[in-house]
Amino acid sequence: MTQLLKSHYDVIVIGAGPGGLAAAIEAKKHGADDVLMIDRDLELGGILLQCIHNGFGVETFKEDLPGPSYAQRFINEAQTVGIDYLLDTIVLDVTPERKVYTTGTRTGFQELSATAIVLSMGCRERTRAQIRIPGPRPSGVFTAGTAQRWVNVEGYMPGSRFVILGSGDIGMIMARRLTFEGAKVERVLEVMPYLSGLSRNYVQCLLDFDITLQLKHTVKRIIGNDRVEAIEAVAVDDKWQFIPGTEEIIPCDTLLLSVGLIPENELSQKAGVALDPVTAGPYVDDGFATNIPGIFAAGNVVHVYDLVDWVTAAGRTAGKRAAMFAQDSCNEDPRYVPTRAGENVRYVVPHQIDPETLTQDSIMLQMRVTRPLEQPVTVQVTDGDTLIAKKSERYARPGEMVSLTLKGKEYDAVRKAKELKVSVVTK
Amino acid sequence: MITTEKMICITCPMGCTLEVTREGKTLLNVEGNTCKRGEKYVQEELTDPRRMVASTVRVQGGVHPLVPVYTAAPVPKPRIFELLAQLRKVEIPAPVTMNQVVLENVLGEGINVIASRDMPVAE
Repeated sequence: MTQLLKSHYDVIVIGAGPGGLAAAIEAKKHGADDVLMIDRDLELGGILLQCIHNGFGVETFKEDLPGPSYAQRFINEAQTVGIDYLLDTIVLDVTPERKVYTTGTRTGFQELSATAIVLSMGCRERTRAQIRIPGPRPSGVFTAGTAQRWVNVEGYMPGSRFVILGSGDIGMIMARRLTFEGAKVERVLEVMPYLSGLSRNYVQCLLDFDITLQLKHTVKRIIGNDRVEAIEAVAVDDKWQFIPGTEEIIPCDTLLLSVGLIPENELSQKAGVALDPVTAGPYVDDGFATNIPGIFAAGNVVHVYDLVDWVTAAGRTAGKRAAMFAQDSCNEDPRYVPTRAGENVRYVVPHQIDPETLTQDSIMLQMRVTRPLEQPVTVQVTDGDTLIAKKSERYARPGEMVSLTLKGKEYDAVRKAKELKVSVVTK
Repeated sequence: MITTEKMICITCPMGCTLEVTREGKTLLNVEGNTCKRGEKYVQEELTDPRRMVASTVRVQGGVHPLVPVYTAAPVPKPRIFELLAQLRKVEIPAPVTMNQVVLENVLGEGINVIASRDMPVAE
């Protein structure tokens, strides 16, 4: 815990999960003297602390680590390089003038200011209210992440017979985890015709333990008054309409929801940061700068990633740029080229790029496809009839982020482009 | 009998879809892997399937009642529940440091179960 809090910082980082930790460390390494992280939890690390399964760090460390180990490495580094942090503290408000108002039971009300801010609040889970499941409201309906926190950190089992709605990674990983702890997972239901998480999790979390996944199925209603007693599952058609006659009552005492994540941007909006309605995160440039000067955003707050390694990479970029902004060494007058989602692409991050970046760094364009393309595809960047960059992938799936990296050799083409249309086309 | 089937490599998050041709447990051909580990995965999956196991053990006097742990190397898949039953009996005192050995040589496999993070003593 910080003993002597300053009233002004070069860089304030809001949220100390993987994006925030990487941003804070990188800001410090790039010459920001006073860096502060603020987090509402009692310890640094964010949601990684409850993700006790392995699979983290394959890109960053070339090692396969559990979530808490991945976090611990950054926590240790943050402490070594001398970053201040405020825990058990919630940020109430952020202004476009980069004032930050916080409160906490131990820290009291504080007014702080920063030359640059990195928003790294992450994302939160969609709940029952957002997917409108009818029926009574008994105990026993939880989001998968809440159950994960209880089982892995706090030591509580939320039930004994589970149905999981949604084939996101957290849902599948919890199916395995609950099985490990002696519970029975009756079914995983997915409304889409394809898996929404990583394929490897289908194998090692569901197939390994004979847990049945039903695609194009959802929960029609929840049964039970005080506690969940069963759910009624139903098949859906291509328009998500229930197919009459396919109903099935599945007895269970708990329904877990793994039905998507939404970037958490209430604070961003208070600061005047413009949001992309498709990602629900800020519009950003290649340095993760938002539309408000000096306010950057990194990680799941921008768009929801499937690998923490990319969150770390985004945090590093945002932290470096925040430090540069604090030292007045950013490109003052960037001549942005916008990116645009083309064929089969739902969105592209960043939304605009400064071609000058390519004289020093590469730029990773990150996207999600609109539908599964289970055949060889070309990921390409075009401007009108001009092909600027391309690469091949053997398939593209909505559950797995697709990327294409622009390099220095593309500088001239990008500089001359009116826009960068990013498409994923079948061969 | 020679069979061809699809398998998903679980070695890394890429999750390559592999086309595996085999005769019983004898691997004849693997296609679709983007690195060498894909072939190794299939070979092991046919003869000695293994998995990394992550769970928790009880901690006395820590900031949380549990500390997350994991196997330092993959363990035989059919013996996962045997290992979990052993972990359920373990209770260690705080403080715990990351990579501390929590249980040695589990299942006689020469593999240790280690702590995934530091667990400081509760104030």
